[in-house]
Amino acid sequence: MGDIHRYLREYYMPHIWCPGCGHGIILGAVLRAIDIAGLDQNNVAVISGIGCASRATGYVDFCTLHTTHGRALPFATGLKMVRPDMKIVVLTGDGDTAAIGGNHLIHAARRNIDITTVVFNNSVYGMTSGQYSPMTPTSRFATTAPYGNLERPFDLCALASAAGATYVARSTAYHVRQLTTYIGRGLAHKGFSFIEAVSQCPTYYGRRNRLGAAPAMLEWQKRNSISIEQAKDMEPAEREDKIVTGEFVNQTVPEYTEVYAQLIGRLGRQGESR
Amino acid sequence: MSAVPEPTSAATGRSRLLQGNEACAEGAIAAGCRFFAGYPITPSTEIAELMSEMLPRHGGRFIQMEDEIASMAAVIGASLGGAKAMTATSGPGFSLKQENLGFAAFTEIPCVIVDAQRGGPSSGLPTAPAQGDVMQARWGTHGDHPAVAFCPSTVSEVFELTVKAFNTAEALRTPVILLMDEVVAHMREKVALPSPGEVRVVDRPRPSVPPGEYIAYGPPPGAPAGDDAYVPEMADFGTGYRYHVTGLTHGKNGLPIGPGPEAEFLVRRLSRKVEKAAPQLELNRNELVDDAEYLVVSYGGAARSALRAVRLAREMGVAAGLFRPTTIWPFPFQAVASLAAKVKGILVVELNLGQLSLEVERAAAGHCPVQQYGRVGGELMRPSEVLDALLRLTGRKV
Ligand SMILES: Cc1ncc(C[n+]2csc(CCOP(=O)(O)OP(=O)(O)O)c2C)c(N)n1
Ligand code: SF4
Ligand SMILES: [Mg+2]
Repeated sequence: MGDIHRYLREYYMPHIWCPGCGHGIILGAVLRAIDIAGLDQNNVAVISGIGCASRATGYVDFCTLHTTHGRALPFATGLKMVRPDMKIVVLTGDGDTAAIGGNHLIHAARRNIDITTVVFNNSVYGMTSGQYSPMTPTSRFATTAPYGNLERPFDLCALASAAGATYVARSTAYHVRQLTTYIGRGLAHKGFSFIEAVSQCPTYYGRRNRLGAAPAMLEWQKRNSISIEQAKDMEPAEREDKIVTGEFVNQTVPEYTEVYAQLIGRLGRQGESR
Repeated sequence: MSAVPEPTSAATGRSRLLQGNEACAEGAIAAGCRFFAGYPITPSTEIAELMSEMLPRHGGRFIQMEDEIASMAAVIGASLGGAKAMTATSGPGFSLKQENLGFAAFTEIPCVIVDAQRGGPSSGLPTAPAQGDVMQARWGTHGDHPAVAFCPSTVSEVFELTVKAFNTAEALRTPVILLMDEVVAHMREKVALPSPGEVRVVDRPRPSVPPGEYIAYGPPPGAPAGDDAYVPEMADFGTGYRYHVTGLTHGKNGLPIGPGPEAEFLVRRLSRKVEKAAPQLELNRNELVDDAEYLVVSYGGAARSALRAVRLAREMGVAAGLFRPTTIWPFPFQAVASLAAKVKGILVVELNLGQLSLEVERAAAGHCPVQQYGRVGGELMRPSEVLDALLRLTGRKV
């Protein structure tokens, strides 16, 4: 494994992330996966929305695009359409992808366009200082849920699977080696790959919910994670507070830009034969 | 037998009976557009339908996105990949595009946005003409930003101004709006399409230096010292030039910066680069203005009625003239100002309650009275209505 520092814009440091934030661990996993995959640095585009997680694009030395809140996937779709040769990675937060960008997520998954999406899920809007997100568990506290969250969170992997994503996996900042493996498989996969990476925001989510500092939150990720196999034998109530890690979907389905290229080829041949 | 319809081809070099929306699609292909993302909305939908058919035949790509926000985003992504890109919409969709339109202006990504205006506000009158988005085209997205918008009155002008929209977007690295209205979008006229070689096509300035020397938002090599209105060179993603693009206020290397002189410089430079190009962009198709005592200012579909009214007024002995800007943003301020100093009064004719008339008033600066004649019920004003308004301005009894 090479040195991931060559993928960092170190001249742009220090970064904005708080001490103990899980986002740096996840970004490290992304860079290791890119390194192991041996991708050509010049041919990788990393695209993000808005949020603490989405600030990752500024720190990495690829073609990087920091877009508008929730919209990384449609920007990525346009780029991938005209540059199908490029490897496109989307880095996004849980608010970015599950709230304002939720519609884009399901449609990118449905098209099965070759984009690898990594969601940094810290169960909160970190950047705007701790409001609840669609990933905040019921009854947890947030600045806009001072009496405890009344809403139910998404199961993001189930959502992506149902929408048609062809590679879907979940891991955590604690299980960084497993996470790196899944991101690597996502990069190698042809089609829409979706990796949910459970992160921690000690500054807002941790403090509000008295979860302790970053080490305690990572401990919590370790203690509460179960595999897909373990989850199968558990009652729904038992599973509620657990993080189910593993690969949910891994299947081969025609990829959108390849299908489009075939159309162009077909029309071109018809033009010649006329 | 082919399973797909016969190809339509851009710029065939012969006359055709075309709808405004068709002329727009033909103009886009002729200008080199190779990516379109859109979401159907009346009265712009034909553009998406035609692009879905024509683009793959020209090696380009079409996608129908999940909404207009996504369409605008995809267009910007494609442009960064090196493709000339366009989207088309109408009022409700134009509203949805505004945030990403501002992103394109701030990050200097060339692209073309067609807004075929329909009756508003809200869902309004989907199949009826309006010109209620004139100020939205200028100020629809938040923050200080440059704006370029062209307004065709005829179908051949739709073709011509679509090409000009792409060329301007590329040359200035800025989004350009083709502001049509339902009249022009759906009307059919005979158009003499130029053959492909006759269309002047402009490409964005691409890097003249190797990646190691490239500064994404720096002045182009050879720019004069102190140039505060430059257009930076733009590298396609995936060509060896690695750089950052962000909607946060950014320095010359593309990375985010905080408040201060560099932020001030960036926002001012973007407006200046368009102001500096304004004289080249200006294109006024005037009729009978040289000896005019009364000036009618009108654009787009409304100008068709205005022109007829001006001719009728001449028959009645009123020295009327039509000032018809096809570039409405940047507004042809000087041209209107100098005419205002010569004429006895100006009538602005537009399908709204007074939008471009505000600019005309500013330019006239009290030199002559300025009145506005507008309609907002989804009906194009008749020449006789405009004539009456003109005669009232002259003080004649109607
Ligand atoms: C259109 C728009 N609405 C709201 C915001 C404010 N905003 C910035 S980041 C953010 C939430 C980000 O949350 P998440 O995606 O979970 O990322 P995190 O900061 O937690 O990593 C919000 C609401 C914005 N920038 N743009
Ligand atoms: S606010 Fe939370 S998510 Fe944002 S950088 Fe700090 S710890 Fe990380
Ligand atoms: Mg979050």
